[in-house]
Amino acid sequence: MKPPAPTPDWAALRADFPILHQTVHGRPLVYLDNGATTQKPRAVIAALTRYYEQDNANVHRAIHELSHRATTAYEAARARAAAFIHAPAPEEIIFTRGTTEGINLLAYALTPRLRRGDAILVTEMEHHSNLVPWQLLAARTGAQLRFVPVTGDDGRLDLRKLDELLSGPVRLFAFTHVSNTLGTINPAVELCARARQHGILTLVDAAQSAGHMPVDVQALGCDFLAFSGHKMAGPTGIGVLYGRRDLLEALDPFQGGGEMIASVQFEQSTWNKVPHKFEAGTPDIAGAIGLHAAMDYLDAIGRPAIAAHDAALAQDAYQRLRAVPGIRLLGPAGERGGLVSFALPNAHAHDVVTFADQEGVALRGGHHCTQPLLRKLGVPATTRASFYLYNTPAEVDRLVEVILLAAKFFAG
Amino acid sequence: MDLTELYQSVILEHNKRPRNYAVLPTANRVAGGNNPVCGDEVTVYLRLEGDRIADISFQGAGCAISQAATSVMTLRLKGRTVAEAEAIFARFHDIVTQGKADEEDLDLSAFAGVHQFPARIKCAMLGWHAALHALHNDAAPATTE
Repeated sequence: MKPPAPTPDWAALRADFPILHQTVHGRPLVYLDNGATTQKPRAVIAALTRYYEQDNANVHRAIHELSHRATTAYEAARARAAAFIHAPAPEEIIFTRGTTEGINLLAYALTPRLRRGDAILVTEMEHHSNLVPWQLLAARTGAQLRFVPVTGDDGRLDLRKLDELLSGPVRLFAFTHVSNTLGTINPAVELCARARQHGILTLVDAAQSAGHMPVDVQALGCDFLAFSGHKMAGPTGIGVLYGRRDLLEALDPFQGGGEMIASVQFEQSTWNKVPHKFEAGTPDIAGAIGLHAAMDYLDAIGRPAIAAHDAALAQDAYQRLRAVPGIRLLGPAGERGGLVSFALPNAHAHDVVTFADQEGVALRGGHHCTQPLLRKLGVPATTRASFYLYNTPAEVDRLVEVILLAAKFFAG
Repeated sequence: MDLTELYQSVILEHNKRPRNYAVLPTANRVAGGNNPVCGDEVTVYLRLEGDRIADISFQGAGCAISQAATSVMTLRLKGRTVAEAEAIFARFHDIVTQGKADEEDLDLSAFAGVHQFPARIKCAMLGWHAALHALHNDAAPATTE
């Protein structure tokens, strides 16, 4: 048994993020758009600077000292990413540009394995990045899409017909771990287990979970999992696709080019081992190194503590926003990820976001790349506040205050 | 920048009580407009008699800027010829992109504050682009992108 981690000093951690200490439109910045991207601690920024100032070289091919250092650091980041999600082996970590590219990579690589009449199961709450790649795969292969329905404003998956949806020619079940629009935490362990009973592969979209809560691919029992560095205190342009080694070895490559080959002749080539088979071209070396620093940073705090911190802020915001007359809050009232999403009766989300911005509060308004979900719920757009480890209870106060002011302003 | 410069009372009032907000059963021209980034939608209905806009209406869902700008537009374009409508479009475009207030037309000038919010210019222009598509009988929906 590990001793319980000490309670993090959240205020001290906030000081690690230089960008937060500024005013916007004359007001202290309150950054609540973490679902879109998170801010970066000094440790991550320093890792990027150190790499470019001291170790920059291309990886894997050259013999010289700098290349050796860059390669060692890049592969150390891979091993760190494997540990971060408890993957059995570093070879199961493919570096990508982010969650979107990871899902597209898998959708492309699965093309020869699907045929007309096959089905791909997704849910109604998917981000466009976990929907459109499957639409494209379906169009290429003649496969059909199936959807696990969402119950309504409380934003849960309706699992009553899951076994029916999983039966027949379903090849893959792709679902989000935490909804970026609703804040719903899906029962990923159960969903993977049910898919496995039917012999169906699973992909977990962990974009909103990997940096916010413990994510363990072996405990989840998933076959594939994708996440983005920039949504978890890391740099933009780097992400991870995890895949079970036996599956990755059987799949065809995604892109062709340098690094992904074993031997090239004029007419044909043979592929490098995994994961290099899936990493054509010079990768985002600095990004991987920055991501390594971000993972170290998050785990020094402890992801269970971060999850509890974010959820407490979101729950506080959710409960207090209920007092706004006519507000429509989306997503589960109980356990939720670190965000709140809502619509005001007389103010469109974009007007609310513009209003809040003038008060220094950064929110997001719109369909959050989940247009089919909002269409189903009959909401044209929502305003979303999403929290991270550096947000404070005082910032929730400020959010509630500004939303009340906006409601009043637009109700006129 | 004071928010009341962007959200002038004219805009808030038109947003709350949009004019000519209906389907026009006698329309002979219809055009949709949408902003794929934010999901704002508007449909403009026109009855063109010869060269003149005999009637105009709209329906839509979106922010106060897009809805109010379209509402004001229906008042300005009704009864105008195509050429006059194009001239008013150009004037409104200058107001929202350059903040050029127009002493002659205070309702249109209410949108001058928009130019200080570059992300919102496409909101103000959405319904106007749709109207232009309808006038030119352009089958493709107007899009801000």
